[in-house]
Amino acid sequence: MSDIVATDRIAPLEENPERAGFLSWVASVDHKQIGIMYLLSGLAFFGLGGLEALIIRVQLAMPGNHVVTPDTFNQLFSMHGTTMIFLVIMPVMAGLTAYVIPLMIGARDVAFPRLNALSFWVQLFGGVLLYFSFIAGGAPNAGWFSYAPLSEPAFSFNNGVTYWVLGLLGIGIGTLAGAINMIVTILKLRVPGMTIRRVPLFVWMTLVNSFLMVLALPVLNASLVMLAADRLLNAHIFTPAFGGSAILWQHYFWGFGHPEVYIMILPAFAIISEVIPVFAGKPIYGYEFVAGSTVAIAFLSFAVWAHHMFAVGLGHLFDLFFGISSMTIAVPTGIKIFNWTATLYKGRIRFTTAMKFAVSFLLMFTIGGLSGVSFAVVPLDWQLTDTYYLVAHLHYVLFGGSVFAILAGIYYWFPKMSGRLLNEHIGNWHFWLTFVGFNLTFLVQHLLGMMGMPRRVFTYPDWPGWMTLNMISTIGAFVLLLSVIVFLWNIMVSLKTGEIAGDNPWDAWTLEWATTSPPPPENFDLVPPVHGRRPLWDLKHPDRADELVAAAAGK
Amino acid sequence: MSKSKLAVVLFILSEVVFFALLIVAYVYFHAYPGEGPTAANSLNAARTGVFSIFLFASSGTMALASRSYRVKSGAMLGWLIVTVVLGGIFLFGQAHEYMGLYASGVTANRSLFATTFFTLTGFHGLHVAVGLLAITVVAVLTASGSFGATERETEAFGSVEIYWHFVDAVWVVIFSIVYLWAFL
Repeated sequence: MSDIVATDRIAPLEENPERAGFLSWVASVDHKQIGIMYLLSGLAFFGLGGLEALIIRVQLAMPGNHVVTPDTFNQLFSMHGTTMIFLVIMPVMAGLTAYVIPLMIGARDVAFPRLNALSFWVQLFGGVLLYFSFIAGGAPNAGWFSYAPLSEPAFSFNNGVTYWVLGLLGIGIGTLAGAINMIVTILKLRVPGMTIRRVPLFVWMTLVNSFLMVLALPVLNASLVMLAADRLLNAHIFTPAFGGSAILWQHYFWGFGHPEVYIMILPAFAIISEVIPVFAGKPIYGYEFVAGSTVAIAFLSFAVWAHHMFAVGLGHLFDLFFGISSMTIAVPTGIKIFNWTATLYKGRIRFTTAMKFAVSFLLMFTIGGLSGVSFAVVPLDWQLTDTYYLVAHLHYVLFGGSVFAILAGIYYWFPKMSGRLLNEHIGNWHFWLTFVGFNLTFLVQHLLGMMGMPRRVFTYPDWPGWMTLNMISTIGAFVLLLSVIVFLWNIMVSLKTGEIAGDNPWDAWTLEWATTSPPPPENFDLVPPVHGRRPLWDLKHPDRADELVAAAAGK
Repeated sequence: MSKSKLAVVLFILSEVVFFALLIVAYVYFHAYPGEGPTAANSLNAARTGVFSIFLFASSGTMALASRSYRVKSGAMLGWLIVTVVLGGIFLFGQAHEYMGLYASGVTANRSLFATTFFTLTGFHGLHVAVGLLAITVVAVLTASGSFGATERETEAFGSVEIYWHFVDAVWVVIFSIVYLWAFL
């Protein structure tokens, strides 16, 4: 180990406060503790959002059901969507990023540790504010995109949407601050030798994604303050009856909302780009293309928002432009799928639970991507928009995509965070229950949508086939509940009695595996030298180091 | 570029987008005015123009403060105070304008012009206030002799300066669109 060098970027070990007790977490500015708190808050909100989804599915299990009132149903689906997007996927991705990025680039912490803590607490406060609406007269009920004029006081009688505005502002500001922090961390704190062409793809994609957040979140914040003016100051920016424009809200919201879709999926791509190569035992196929296509997606994501608005009647030319631009996005995304698949080809694949989730991500996300492209075909969109086909599509992208990737990431990095491996046997059960439950729930919804079942209706007539398909979907939702219970059980069992992980249980090659599990507060005593994209591989196989192989191949 | 400068530039990038959306909403409803007060019949461009000169001048005095800081001149504190006074006069002008509008019945809910005007200029005013706060902090620390020239402090000063110039630059755009355009 003589070739391990110390770097000047690592602060000397000052103190080693025990990470125990409530205060050491609440007052923490350590990126690892903040990352774990993000994950825990995401898990708690996942429980709430999942509970809302279960009630929705119970209500829809049979035609003419009266488990909840229509008004409660509106609140449930609005809160389910808002929770899963803003309080589960985004914070969990933020948590994984906050935990992993400084370790991956060999830094001691993020660039601004206190800002990091502020980001977390502000977004958590936003989430609590959002849920406070339940006891303050009623939750938001105008859907996760709060279309005007439905979200205006004239149509929304409780204060729910006002809480939605304020809660999302908190989340928006916290996320924005977190993104700025990440960009500075990645651009300024990389260990010597780790050029921008050598950083792991996880880092690359987090960088691109953070830029996306810096540009997209202010769009949300500006829209929110305008909606707040309507609701609190009696203004009429989005109320057509008084000269305002409801379409303006749609443009503004989707101006944020479509980049937001990529904000939720790029971190998933980032996780997959680490997990697949490690468990295929090969470097990623086409590093430059995976990184470059991410940049392409980020650019395109700002030019496709109106494909959410084909049914508005904006005009033929308008629809044509956004239809084509939306199809274009399938190209860089397809490049990625191709690269990940090519990485698997002839690999020495180890089907760990993380890998199972990663490979099924490829399948599920591709299905979601294909149904997405079908929505870019304007006449098809007119037929299928606001039906269960759309619900199926977005869940294949966000659950089959983002959540599967998150689970892959958690199985992958849990040993680093806790020092113990998650149980693979229970993990196998968790994976198959999730996979089966997910497809039971959402595959049939494609059919329901094509049969004309609209989304967001609290009940439906007893038409042929509708009950059977809805019942299958509800059963699937309960299988998913079971899978979550198994997952929680796995976490609890493994935290106590899990196999000790050691520094590098997966034989991975990025820097976070060079330190102990869990890492000490200062992260590293010594950082291995970085001569290529796989520093730990180079260290372990000096005779087959990446740069030697590349040189031998005459590159 | 240093860590904090990069962070401030990124922050300003997001602010540009934020203001851009407020401006687009203003312009949209300027093009399709409904009933009620409009820019042409409620605003006094000449008076706001005079107050704007104070804000623009404060960017100059901030630059002078920055130069004094670099050459470690004692004039820095003076220039900071002048900057705060100039910015304060601008804010006073805005408050005066708001009170006048309020007195003549132009409130945020009266017309789409009024709503988008108050949203846009209100958020700008808020940014000016935050900037003044930051400059005041630097001035107070300088006066108490505890604002030195370590890397940390240089970075802090640079960040405040960039932010202040940004607040100023946004006003050039807002003033042109809201006040000048109304009378062309």
